[in-house]
Amino acid sequence: MWERYATASSTYAHSIDHLFILIAVVVGFWLLAAEGMMFFLIFKFRAKDGRPTQYITGEEKHLKRWISIPHYLIMVCDIVIVAGAIMVWYQIKQVMPPADATVRVIGQQWAWSFQQPGPGGVLDTADDIRTVGELHVVVNTTYHFELMSRDVIHSFAVPAFRLKQDALPGRTITGWFTPNRVGTYDIQCTQMCGIGHALMAGRIIVETPQDHAAWLQRNSSPAVAEQVALPASAPGAGSTIAEVRR
Amino acid sequence: MSASAKPIANTRSVTGIPTARLITWWVIASEIVIFGGLLAAYIMHRIGHPEWAEAASHTNTWAGAFNTLVLLTSSLCAVSAHKAADAMDGPRAAKLLRLTALGGLLFLTIKGFEWTKDIHEGFVISSGGFWSFYYVLAGLHGLHVLAGMIIMLIVASDAAKNQELQRVECIGLYWHFVDIVWIFLFPLLYIAR
Amino acid sequence: MSGEVQHAEAGFFKKYLWSTDHKMIAMQYMFTGMAMALIGGYFAYVFRMQLGFPNQHVPGYGIVTPARYNALVTMHGSIMIFWVAMPVLIAAFGNFLIPLMVGCDDMAFPRINRLSYQIFLVSAIVLLASFLVKGGAFGGAWTAYPPLSANGAYNLTPLGSVLWLLAVALEFVAFLLGGINFTVTAMNSRAPGMKMYDIPLIVWMIVLASVIFMASAGPLIAGAVMLLFDQTMSTGFYDPTRGGDPLLWQHLFWFFGHPEVYVVLLPAMGIVAEVIAVFARKKIFGYKTVLYTTWAVGFLSFVVWAHHQFVAGIDPRMANIFSITTLMISVPITEMVFLYIATLYGGSITLGTPMLWALGFIAEFLIGGVTGIFLGSSGTDIYLHDTYFVIAHFHYTFVPIAIIAVFAGITFWYPKMFGTMLNDTLGKIHFWGTVIPFNVIFIPLFITGTAGDQRRVYSYAQFAEQSRPALQHLRTTSTIALLVMLSFQFVFLFNFFWSLRNGKKAGPNPWRSTTLEWSVPSPPPHGNFSELPTVYRGPYEYGLPGRADDFTPQNVPE
Ligand code: HEA
Ligand code: HEA
Ligand code: CUA
Ligand SMILES: [Cu+2]
Repeated sequence: MWERYATASSTYAHSIDHLFILIAVVVGFWLLAAEGMMFFLIFKFRAKDGRPTQYITGEEKHLKRWISIPHYLIMVCDIVIVAGAIMVWYQIKQVMPPADATVRVIGQQWAWSFQQPGPGGVLDTADDIRTVGELHVVVNTTYHFELMSRDVIHSFAVPAFRLKQDALPGRTITGWFTPNRVGTYDIQCTQMCGIGHALMAGRIIVETPQDHAAWLQRNSSPAVAEQVALPASAPGAGSTIAEVRR
Repeated sequence: MSASAKPIANTRSVTGIPTARLITWWVIASEIVIFGGLLAAYIMHRIGHPEWAEAASHTNTWAGAFNTLVLLTSSLCAVSAHKAADAMDGPRAAKLLRLTALGGLLFLTIKGFEWTKDIHEGFVISSGGFWSFYYVLAGLHGLHVLAGMIIMLIVASDAAKNQELQRVECIGLYWHFVDIVWIFLFPLLYIAR
Repeated sequence: MSGEVQHAEAGFFKKYLWSTDHKMIAMQYMFTGMAMALIGGYFAYVFRMQLGFPNQHVPGYGIVTPARYNALVTMHGSIMIFWVAMPVLIAAFGNFLIPLMVGCDDMAFPRINRLSYQIFLVSAIVLLASFLVKGGAFGGAWTAYPPLSANGAYNLTPLGSVLWLLAVALEFVAFLLGGINFTVTAMNSRAPGMKMYDIPLIVWMIVLASVIFMASAGPLIAGAVMLLFDQTMSTGFYDPTRGGDPLLWQHLFWFFGHPEVYVVLLPAMGIVAEVIAVFARKKIFGYKTVLYTTWAVGFLSFVVWAHHQFVAGIDPRMANIFSITTLMISVPITEMVFLYIATLYGGSITLGTPMLWALGFIAEFLIGGVTGIFLGSSGTDIYLHDTYFVIAHFHYTFVPIAIIAVFAGITFWYPKMFGTMLNDTLGKIHFWGTVIPFNVIFIPLFITGTAGDQRRVYSYAQFAEQSRPALQHLRTTSTIALLVMLSFQFVFLFNFFWSLRNGKKAGPNPWRSTTLEWSVPSPPPHGNFSELPTVYRGPYEYGLPGRADDFTPQNVPE
């Protein structure tokens, strides 16, 4: 929606944007109605000599309607909004589509560091690739992330993915994302974490399977890379899209 | 000073409850939420950490039990002080209040011994989750006991001159509250294993 | 009164710091609140300049380093809520109005009242002193999440964070004492004949606000004690490595923090109700319904707190529950606002300065309110949480409350407080000069927020997407608008102090209003009423059929 301001580059970015629009329309209508009514009344009932004020308690049936009917309509609107909110929330935070890969994201004052499987394709093995401030991922691949913090609370946010999750010391919080557009995007820390908070930036690089394989190769012994660079790519990608679409 | 002259506002009683008693209830209400928050936090942690039971076993249940007894008796004195005040017998009320305060003193002395023992055994406030809560909860309660005693002695000195007798009841109410808080603390800190 | 304000030499201490007169204590709170508002505004000026014109020398401050930026933001937030909104809306108006409006001579407990202000003053001094200590003022945001706030090694302000906590704790004590006093006075000291539903709305609102504050602050006070020990005695209440839990603080804080926003909202709503009734010459539309909605808001405000923690690592299923409760609370508030708008129907409206502010409040608060819905919906909050969208949301609620409604109140009761009228033209200039720039400040911030600008960041240089020129232009616009808004505040300050001496005499009832405070001379003498009033009717009897005047004061017999 506000593509011009914030590109939408993950599979669930658009569900959030659409929910935003839904709410904007619903409450926008009421906002305009309320403001309009107010200014209309101010104008219509401005003091005129020869027109005394009326004595109205607000108990009168025919006037009460003007409050009670909006009251129920608003309840309906609320239900619509809540329904939309919970649907989106459920999709993003409560269920995890099966992962093609898992990465570990570690926040600390004041940098993001990442640990992802090397050519072997499994985390916590000798060939793991550790990076600081830069996370390389493959487009159209579903990633699970294990989020943790070494000191204070940080928050792992990727605006382009509409992704945000606090990182708590002493816990591992899992989540997921599926980048669906090649490019380089910001990682922010959105939880006040000390004087370096504003410097706690990172980049997330979404690349084609080929580029990623090349990157893997550059960052691990060529021998291992060869065997595994291929399977990590195309088929996995196809399946994930199917996963998330339904 | 104009302050000592009571405003009419203070003498009115639209609700039928005397102003002094009403404010006492509100003070107690605001204290309840404070202790409530602390206790809730403690209970949540306690459930989350079964291992704290071990630490808890080091507390001296007998001292705690005896202190409970002390507070209960002192509350009894407060009640009879209130009776005396109703009977407009200021001096007697004063005596009983001072007796109540004495109960508070005994309570704090015992606590003092307990804590010195705990500390000698190396259980200080930073010795772990349970001890942190133990010292904070009991400490906060102890402060309330102390405050109660001081106010009580002031009220007593007025009551002895048959002044401000309505305050005897109020400080009594407050003392019961402090008492009840302890009734919650004792099992939670000493008995719960 | 006015004379006294000028030359404060004569017995300054006894008259201004040791008085037990509710009106004097009200003034103490108001002027302290004003001073703090100027400080908080100055901080906003400094960090907005940094955001609008990054890394340049800020006139009147200097270079804004990251550490200083954090401290300024944290203090701005803390000051504006705890040392401006609370003292002015609740303490100043509460102290001045409650005894007058319920028809008695003072608060039920004048000396407790005095103590409350003195503690408050100390808290303010402690807070400001924290700028001078080694390491500087606390910079961990007004929400002070541990472990950052608990550990000097993390926040690098070991002393500042302790002082901040002490200041807030003292402030709470002050308002517990004050609030209890208000509640007791309103319950017990009302004039004969003033029944429950004859109490003016503002008194209701301030008392209910005090009760809500009392019920919500307790747990946070407990939490503050724990945090204090974490800071000073190396306990581990919030330290996960030692069996503690950082989320506990968040729950305690927001269990207070959310009700708190309604604690400041209600008095503002009360002020607006009084002003609208007078300037529309109308009975409040459905007075009782307004009260019911207020109770509903009060109750619901205790069950929405986790909407601040959707993505904080709480159980995701909890988010759904809190989304529902959060949207539920929009219903009574909507109804309250609509009742106010309905009050205009059939009236005879004149747009005096106080009325402009009151209507301005409704117009602007609606925007703040509806944007809350975007945040209350858990789905969208994933993206919007801790972005400038949140900032814009709550400034569209807070500024209407703590600035616009406060100005409505000040311009409305100024004649009663000081006996002279404010200059209406200057008042109108100040109104437009405040409200128009206000929108120009914060509408751009809605956009930067939806574009992903995160909060509490002194410079976006690190973030390629955020440092696009389009967004920087918006930030600069916002900053310039702030400069305009601030400059117009001098119109107010001039008007305020100039009118003390030169404003035309007000007389007891310049607005031809019905509530009791207008039945006594302006300013009211010590003891308020020459003989204490009896109340015969509700507070808003305007345009009663078959009366010569279009208003019938509460204390006039049939
Ligand atoms: C007095 C101040 C005030 C007020 C009144 C409100 C009112 C509301 N607030 Fe706000 N809020 C804050 C002050 C306030 N808030 C502050 C300070 C923060 C940030 C704290 C921090 O992190 O620093 C915050 C943050 C905040 C969050 C957390 C955002 C985040 O950090 O991710 C949320 C989420 O639910 C929220 C929701 C709401 C809602 C639903 C209302 C509702 O009460 C609004 C109800 C009013 C209306 C809805 C308008 C009138 C209705 C209509 C015009 C009809 C149309 C409406 C519908 C169809 C529903 N607020
Ligand atoms: C009542 C609450 C209140 C008020 C009124 C304001 C007023 C303003 N606030 Fe602020 N603000 C907060 C509460 C408030 N704020 C909070 C809680 C935060 C979050 C802090 C955190 O993240 O930790 C925040 C954060 C915050 C930020 C985000 C900083 C960041 O996250 O990096 C910004 C950015 O622009 C900002 C700007 C402003 C501006 C431009 C105003 C302007 O409207 C200010 C204009 C100043 C005045 C109008 C004062 C003039 C007053 C007088 C002349 C006296 C009047 C008399 C009386 C009031 C009695 N505020
Ligand atoms: Cu890490 Cu902010
Ligand atoms: Cu909230």
